[in-house]
This record gives sequence, C-alpha cells and structure tokens, in this order.
Amino acid sequence: MQLQLAWRNIWRNPRRTLIILTAVVIGAWTMLFFGALSRGMAESMLTNSINNLTGHIQIQKQGYRDDPVVENRINDPTPIKALLDQDLPPEAKWAFRIEVNGVASNARNSKGVTIVGIDPDREPDLSFYGQSVTEGRALRPDDAHGILVGQGLLDSMDTKPGRKIVLMTQGADKETASRAFKIRGVYRAELEATEKRYVFVTLPAARKLLGVKNAVTSACIRLPEREQVGPMAETLGKHLPKGLSLLTWEDMLPLLTGYLSMFDSFMFLWYLVVFVAMGFGIVNTTLMAVLERTREFGLLKALGMKPARIVRGVLTECLILLLVGLVAGNALGLLTVLVLSGGIDLSFMAEGSQYFGMSHLIFPKLMARDVVAANGVILVLGLLVSLYPALKAGRITPVEAMAQT
Amino acid sequence: MEILMAWRNVWRNPRRSVLTILAIAFACLLLIFMLSFQFGMYEVMINAAVKVQTGHLQVIAKDYDKDMKMRWVVEDPQAVGDLMLAVPHITAHTFRANGFALLSSRDRTYGGMVTGVLPAREREISSTASTIRQGAYLEPGDTNQAVVGSLLAKNLHISVGDELVLLGNARDGSIAATVLNVKGVFSSGMDEYDRSAIQIPLPYFQEVFAMRGAVHQVVAVCDSLTAVGPAQSTVTGNLPKVKSKRNLECKSWDELLPGLIQSIQMDLGGGIIFYLILIVVVAFSIMNTFLMAVFERTHEFGTLMAIGAKPARLTKMLLYESAFLTSCGIILGIAAGCALTIYVESTGITLGEAQGMLRQYGIPNVMRPELSWLTAVTGPFVVFFITMLTALYPAFKVRKLKPVEAMHAI
Repeated sequence: MQLQLAWRNIWRNPRRTLIILTAVVIGAWTMLFFGALSRGMAESMLTNSINNLTGHIQIQKQGYRDDPVVENRINDPTPIKALLDQDLPPEAKWAFRIEVNGVASNARNSKGVTIVGIDPDREPDLSFYGQSVTEGRALRPDDAHGILVGQGLLDSMDTKPGRKIVLMTQGADKETASRAFKIRGVYRAELEATEKRYVFVTLPAARKLLGVKNAVTSACIRLPEREQVGPMAETLGKHLPKGLSLLTWEDMLPLLTGYLSMFDSFMFLWYLVVFVAMGFGIVNTTLMAVLERTREFGLLKALGMKPARIVRGVLTECLILLLVGLVAGNALGLLTVLVLSGGIDLSFMAEGSQYFGMSHLIFPKLMARDVVAANGVILVLGLLVSLYPALKAGRITPVEAMAQT
Repeated sequence: MEILMAWRNVWRNPRRSVLTILAIAFACLLLIFMLSFQFGMYEVMINAAVKVQTGHLQVIAKDYDKDMKMRWVVEDPQAVGDLMLAVPHITAHTFRANGFALLSSRDRTYGGMVTGVLPAREREISSTASTIRQGAYLEPGDTNQAVVGSLLAKNLHISVGDELVLLGNARDGSIAATVLNVKGVFSSGMDEYDRSAIQIPLPYFQEVFAMRGAVHQVVAVCDSLTAVGPAQSTVTGNLPKVKSKRNLECKSWDELLPGLIQSIQMDLGGGIIFYLILIVVVAFSIMNTFLMAVFERTHEFGTLMAIGAKPARLTKMLLYESAFLTSCGIILGIAAGCALTIYVESTGITLGEAQGMLRQYGIPNVMRPELSWLTAVTGPFVVFFITMLTALYPAFKVRKLKPVEAMHAI
C-alpha cells in the first residue's frame, strides 16, 4: 500500500522527478565509468611493471635488491630448483635469471643498460621477452654470442641486426669484464624506457661474461593468478634455503603498491564529491515536494496518521527515486564499460602515458567492490539527506497546515 | 523595478534558495581548490625539471635532444653565448657537454651520464648547487673534481673524498679515461637524475673527452615562463649567423620534455572532463529549483500578465532571479574556495604513501595549491555559464502561459 502510494506520489510531478532522476543517473554513471577507467589505468601500470621482469615472486640472495651486483649472486641454484619443482603448482612458470647493470657500446656510442641473462625456453612465459620480436629472431638456448636488444636502444646506437655490440660490466673478480655479442633480434615493448634499458643474452653467455660457473642472481616466478601470490609466498618461505630472500611483487614495487593502497581512498573521496553535488538536488527536490504538500500532510494527520508513517512515506519516495536512478545509472555505466571493453586508445598521448608507466591502450576495469561502494554511497547518503525533508513533513501539524492556503 | 522584484522573489522561499546557493558554492569551491592544486603541482613539476635538467631554452645541434650523440656538438659556443646576451628576457646562459661513461669506485662499477659544467654560471641556472647534501659544489678553478648524484653515490659505495675512475668514449671515438675526486653529493629529488648524473668542470671535460672547445648544449633561462616563446624565436632567427657543421636549433623546455607536457595535458584533460561532469550534476540539481520557482507561481504570472506585464518582462525578471541565485552562490564559492586554497597553501598537504611514487615525477613531499586569477575565476565562470543556460528553459517557458488558464491554476 505504502509503496504504491509513494510510487504514485513521485509521478504526480513527472518533470521534476525526471530532472532529479537525471542527476542521480549521471552521478551513478560517472562514478562507475570513471571508477572503471581509473582502475584500468592502475591495472595497466601494474601489469606493465610485473611484465617488466618483475614477475610475481622472486627469490634472490639477501642484499641483492638494495645492491644488484654480481657479488650478491646465488652460487648454487640447485636447492631453489628442487624447492620450486616441488612446491609450485604445475601451471605456474618460473626461470632463473642473471640481471646486472652494465654498458653496451659500439664504435660510436655507449649506453647504460641492464644485462639480463635468460633461459630462452622458459623466459617467454614470464615477461615481455619474446612477445614482440619485430626483427630477426629470439635467442636460442645454445646461442653463446647472440644478443636481443630493444628498438629504442637499436635506434639510439645507430646499429642494426647482425652487427656487434660490446657489453661491459663488473665481473665476479671485481674487474671490468667485457664480451662482444652479435645482435640477433630486436624487440618492442610498451614503454620506450624499457626498450632502451634491457638487453637479453643467454644464461650461459651471461655467466661467461661475469666469470661465474653455475650462478644466477634470481629466480622469477609467475603464478596463474595474482591472488595466489600471498599463500604461495608463505609456502615457499617456509622451505627457503638460508641466506636467500623471497620477494613478492608488492615488495619489489613499493611505490606502485603504496599508490594502489591509496587508490581506494581516492575513489571513495571522489564518490563523496560527486554525491554532494547530487545531494543538494535530492534534498531540494524532496523538500519542495514536501512543502507544497503541507495541506495534504496536515489532512492525513488530522485523519489520524502517525508522524512516523509520514516520515516513512517520504523516505520511501526518496528510496524509489534513488533506486530507479541507480538502476539506470548502473545500466548506463555497465554499457559504457562494455562498449569500451576493446580498450581506449591513448596513443595520441603516448609520451604522456609512458611517463606514468601505462600502456597506450587502457581497458576499463569494473570491479564489484567499486560498484558496491558507489551504489552504497548514493543509497545510504541519499536516504540520510532525505531524512531532513521527511522529518519536516512529519512535524507538520494539522492546524497550521489547514491555516495555509 | 524587475531587479527589486526578482531579489524579493528569491527570498520568498529562503530555504530553497539557500540550498541552491550552497550547491553552486560547493561546485565553485571544489573547482577553485582542485584547479589551484593541479596548477600548483604542474608548476612545481615544470620548475623542478627546468631547474634540474633543461633550463628554459637550449641551443643544440639538430636532434641532439632526441639522441645525445657525442659528435653532435655546438662548435663555437662563445658565438651562441654572445647572441644570447643580446636577447631580451634571457637572464643567464651557460654551456654544458655530456658524455656517457663507465664509473668505477673501489668495488663497484656503474654507467653514468657525465656533464661538464661551468660552476659559476651553473649556479645561476640550475638548482644542483643548492641541493648538495654532502661536501661542496664545484668551484671555477677545479679540475678533476666531481659532484655525484646521491643514488649513484650510494650504488657506487662512495662518499666525499673518494676516487672514481671514469671510462668513456671521447668525441673522436678514442677512449676517454681519468680519475676523479668526489667533491660533493647532490640530491635533486628526481630519482632518475640522481641515479645517473655526475658533474665535472667543463674545461676538464673538454680535455678528457677531446671536445676541442666544443660543447653540446647552450642552456639559457628567461625571467618568466611567458617570455620563453619570444626569446626562442629571436634566438632561432639569429642562429644561422653562427657557423656550424651540423645545423643548430633552439628548443624550449616544453619541446625538450615532451613527456612532461603530455603527462600534464593528460592529467588536466582528465580533470576537465571530471569537472564538467560535476558541473552538469550540479546543474541538474539546481534546474529543479528554477523550474519549481516558475511552476508553483503559474497563478501569479497569470495575474501579472492580466494586469499588463509583457512576457518579455517576466522572462527578464526570472533571469534576474536566476542570476541573483547563481551570483550569490558564486561569490560565496569564490570566497570559500580562495580561503580554503590560501589556508592549504600555507600548511601544504603531505601525501603519505604516494610520495615515493610522485618523487619520480619531481613532485616534492609537501604539495601546495597555488591560487591565481586564472584558477580562481575559470571554474566559477563556467559554473555561471552553465547554470544560466539551465535557467533559460523555465524563463522562456513562462512566455507560453495564457493569462486566463494560468489564473485557473492553483
């Protein structure tokens, strides 16, 4: 009965109702769509960083993270191999790496690079390596003198596949070690900075360059889902050989983790701002709807209706208004995200998005948490602010109502 | 007459008017604060990048900014410098030369970007001298002394007084090698720069890297950002007079830092879309007030028309009413927005966990909004424009009223 009454009351003035509905719909739509967009951007930053040779979990020698030099290497990686083969689920991927800073030079140019020694069979599952070799070919496992470089580095060093590059770095004996490599292939990455920074050689070649035998600097692990990282890190941590440390992506990307942890508060703050803009409209409209019905409420009271029931009636009207607005807003938001699910191309801003470490293609990501938060904010706060006009209506006395013309 | 009537009409329903004014004020306040905040941040980012790295203008060999090749030099820096002295608004200039080199301390080796600078002149242009953490900055008479970025120093395990071996490619392709003494450690706050930069005196650089008197960059600063454009065109116009094997070009800071400008544009673009949506939500919120103000007074308007008020006059009166409401809201919003901005300007906002992330972009730990005429007025102006637009609909709707029918309405 009350529901029907409220529904009919709302449509007594359709124009007014439609206008306030529009405000609620736009508000809800904005919250959802922009929420999804920002999440997509954050996700893009995170995916890029994890692909960027970080992986989900790394096992390194203690101290390597602060001081990534050959001194902090793992001399005998066999216990790690045994541990990983035993504990990791079969669908997880992992590989050993040697990662040290060095210099790449040819006759005319020298550039600072990170030399990465990889296992050509296993690495493609772990990082961007091998996903986009544009010229030449990827490294072969037995390639003792091949090197894979990024397009950015290739351009800035004025060279091309087939030519030589000399890598220099500090060897295990603390002397400068150098070795010549032949460019076998060229890769492209999302970010130009990545292309300029990493050069890939095979693990045996890197060992020879550094003058070590079986050593590696890290084991990189990638799990099927990011959510599995926590429990898996705990399992591996229990059996970890002494002197080694286990790092999750959250440890390795502290800046990004800090940013992501603040992300939820940013979003919530933003929901609040949009709500306040919308809230004024809700209060005002409801207030008008109440005040112009002073006579009606007075009459109802004179007929014996309890104030609580009047308050409930007005709140029900608001609730219906909010619900209808939310349904439409959510549908619109969902639709927008769906339409744009192919990704939003930001390549016209390529250098700007690279600056933030994002890809040029952003996929909006709608998270259940955000949808709930946005709808919750609108519904709860919406009802809260409509309490004011509702109480106002409950307090109208029959005498003053009848006195009013 | 209409003005007085409009003013009184506004206050016939004070509660409604106050709510509407508050909605408008809220939008203005938010816009002023957020815009000031964004612009404050951009200015800090630009200043940091300009002060630490590029300066406002640079004369370089063509494409040197894209690819710092040793052989792309400015052969006669003095001629370019003389030319700059004559350009108005350019307050100072200096020469720099850069070379990539392998730097080895006792137990570490890292690659770094060595820059040859003129210590006395560099002080006027870049902030490096003022960010020295340990030791001292270079002096004009120094030879094999170096100041090193803090992160590079940490990676190399060196501090003031230690020796550093430099190994690189000279201009002619030969090997450049020397031993440097660490005189100071600087921390510019931009991690990328602190991780790779090392500065040595320019004459010594030219000797070690066989530069034969040439440099790579002639860096200049202007008295203000707005003066950069005209100064750049003057310099560009005069450049052909300087003889050089490879064509010279004059680039401004925004051309030298395209990533910075685009990231600012991106941030601002996103902000503007968000603000517009916010304004539209507010506009719909207050459109109801305007509409109600007309419909509940149908009877009144009928009467007014019956006693001879022209529709145009009613429209005018209604527009005055809306204008009063909007203006009150905007004035309140500007006052509150400016007050809030000035308050936060004095206290600053610390960013907690995000600060490490922002340091990458050269944003300091404490951010301050910066109030300017532009940020104080733009937002409210747009709000005024859009709310007045929404007010047009009811104001013109009233013209269609027929006096007789209108007076029948309750």
